[in-house]
Amino acid sequence: MRPGRAGLAALTGARMPTVATAVLLVATVTAAALMQGNFFTPYGMTANFATVLPVATVAVAQTIIVVSGGIDLSIGTVVTLSSVVAVVLMDGDPARTPLALAAGLATGAACGLLNGVLVALLRLQPIVATFATSFVFGGLALLVLPTPGGAVAPAITAGYRQVVAYLVPVPALLLLALWLAWRLLKATRTGRYLYAVGGDPAAAYASAVPVSGVRVLAYTAGGTVAALAGIALLANSGSGDPFIGNQLTLGSIAALVIGGTRLRGGAGGAGGSIVGAVILTLIQNLVFFAGVPTNARELVNGAIIIAAIALAGLLATRGDRAARNVGRTV
Amino acid sequence: MNPLVASSPARARLLRAARDPVVVSGAAALALWVVAALVSPAFASWDQILTLLTLASFLGVIAIGQTLVIIAGGEGIDLSVGAVATLAAIVASRHMDGSNEDLLLAVALSLGTAALVGLVNGVGVLVFRVPPLVMTLGMIAVVYGFVRLYTGGRPAGSAAPALRALVTGDTVAGVPGVLWLWLGLSVLVVWLLRRTSFGWRLYAVGGNPTSAYLSGVNTKAVKLSAYVLSSVFAGVGGLLLLGYTNTVFLRLADPYMLPSVAATVIGGTALIGGVGGYVGTVIGAILLTVLDSFLRVLQIGGGDAPRQIIYGLVLLVVLSAYGRQRRLRQ
Repeated sequence: MRPGRAGLAALTGARMPTVATAVLLVATVTAAALMQGNFFTPYGMTANFATVLPVATVAVAQTIIVVSGGIDLSIGTVVTLSSVVAVVLMDGDPARTPLALAAGLATGAACGLLNGVLVALLRLQPIVATFATSFVFGGLALLVLPTPGGAVAPAITAGYRQVVAYLVPVPALLLLALWLAWRLLKATRTGRYLYAVGGDPAAAYASAVPVSGVRVLAYTAGGTVAALAGIALLANSGSGDPFIGNQLTLGSIAALVIGGTRLRGGAGGAGGSIVGAVILTLIQNLVFFAGVPTNARELVNGAIIIAAIALAGLLATRGDRAARNVGRTV
Repeated sequence: MNPLVASSPARARLLRAARDPVVVSGAAALALWVVAALVSPAFASWDQILTLLTLASFLGVIAIGQTLVIIAGGEGIDLSVGAVATLAAIVASRHMDGSNEDLLLAVALSLGTAALVGLVNGVGVLVFRVPPLVMTLGMIAVVYGFVRLYTGGRPAGSAAPALRALVTGDTVAGVPGVLWLWLGLSVLVVWLLRRTSFGWRLYAVGGNPTSAYLSGVNTKAVKLSAYVLSSVFAGVGGLLLLGYTNTVFLRLADPYMLPSVAATVIGGTALIGGVGGYVGTVIGAILLTVLDSFLRVLQIGGGDAPRQIIYGLVLLVVLSAYGRQRRLRQ
């Protein structure tokens, strides 16, 4: 892609999905507020944000990896593995909580590091490599905690449901902290490296960017953030489950696409992914509250998500369609 | 080029063969089978070999479409094959209902339904420009949602006796009918890819869509037919599975979704598109099936977990052998 074109595409690519995402967000929030009577009460806000936070956190983890040009199909099992490690070590004992949480985070980081080494140093294709590691992590999670169980320290579950200043639930604050951390990362040189490597690895390499190092770092950071999502799931549910996060992989990818992150890497950001996760969760709630028959719920939910993704994609690609017809953007 | 290698054509040919994914994965499959036969002599029996190949045929047939879609390029991948295979089996079993009367109608109806899903996938990818990974992941939810609505959660009916006989019963020259069918389909697909203009167009579109477009290839039509064919072959795979299990259950073919991608990649079809073929996929399917059966036979303590972990690790080793991408530094 020529520099001028790249700049143009980046401009339109950054603008259009934001519009689509904002439209979707306003639509879903309005619909939720209309249908869910207690939406703007402390209880409603807490319930919604408690559900959103794990999904949004996994989406942010996936975003870090996708922006750098990779993808992680094992991310759901990383969430599961780190959460079962934490819950088994914790076992309801407040004294062991800090150690258990640290071990959970370290597990996530180690999983991410393994993925990063496979993709960046062994140069395996990310889709198949992380598919293979998903078996490893999922199997390890089953070894650590064969059946659902284990207790989370009461302080964590109680703290997770707290409401600050009458209307701001703790999960919302954590979400804000997550977003701020992303902004901080993005402002650093490492953050710019992520985009450079994802946008055009050859050019980044030629510009003396440590491409392999950045890729390993992206996967490791993604694994660590995924571990945070595992802890959020624990705080929300109060006990461990060896399958707790496995379904989140699809949600994380859907959320980041709705949020305007380009799946090929180099464009987008975690802010959009968080909004995407909010939209996804609200759509699920809406289908529930709209009184759709139980047997049709899954179909309606899936169709709406695809429609949302298609809408985001249609608006996002209109800008660089001309560019794509001329040359193959790699 | 190393002059030593160039000077000796025989050695060059040997080196090239040692790098050919089809040869490498064929050797790996054979080695695995020998180890399995040493550990558990039953593996060497003719009956066991036929059983293994029958199990491999389901994955192999489902992976036909996967190979076509991946060759067609543009980040092409079809993750909905497992869901589509399940859908086809469920539709067919309801209309067959254990008799041969409506066999043709049931087969036509279930493959037609599958083709429809492929059409939606293709339209989503080509018209709405949703990334294939996301589109086909999203379709999984839609297809299972439809299955739930269609069956009310309890799939009905069972396979027609003729279908059952094809997969588990009658043998022709000592070989089950399903293996003859797989052989026939394999020859057809290889012929389609290598000897027809459709095959050439497919490789052209996958290799370089711009030059294919400028050479007068209708790139969209080629890609659309790849997605439709992918779903149709997934449907055929689902029908064969139905013949094997006789009754259906929700998520019947789920375990074939990502292995179909793995079998294709192991067989040397690169995810970037335009390279590869179906012979490799056949070997990949056999390799994965031998590995899975071997790990089941080993009966390591601790349930499913160790089997999953080893499956993932072996997959990584096989991929590291040659499923690697180019270096940035050349």
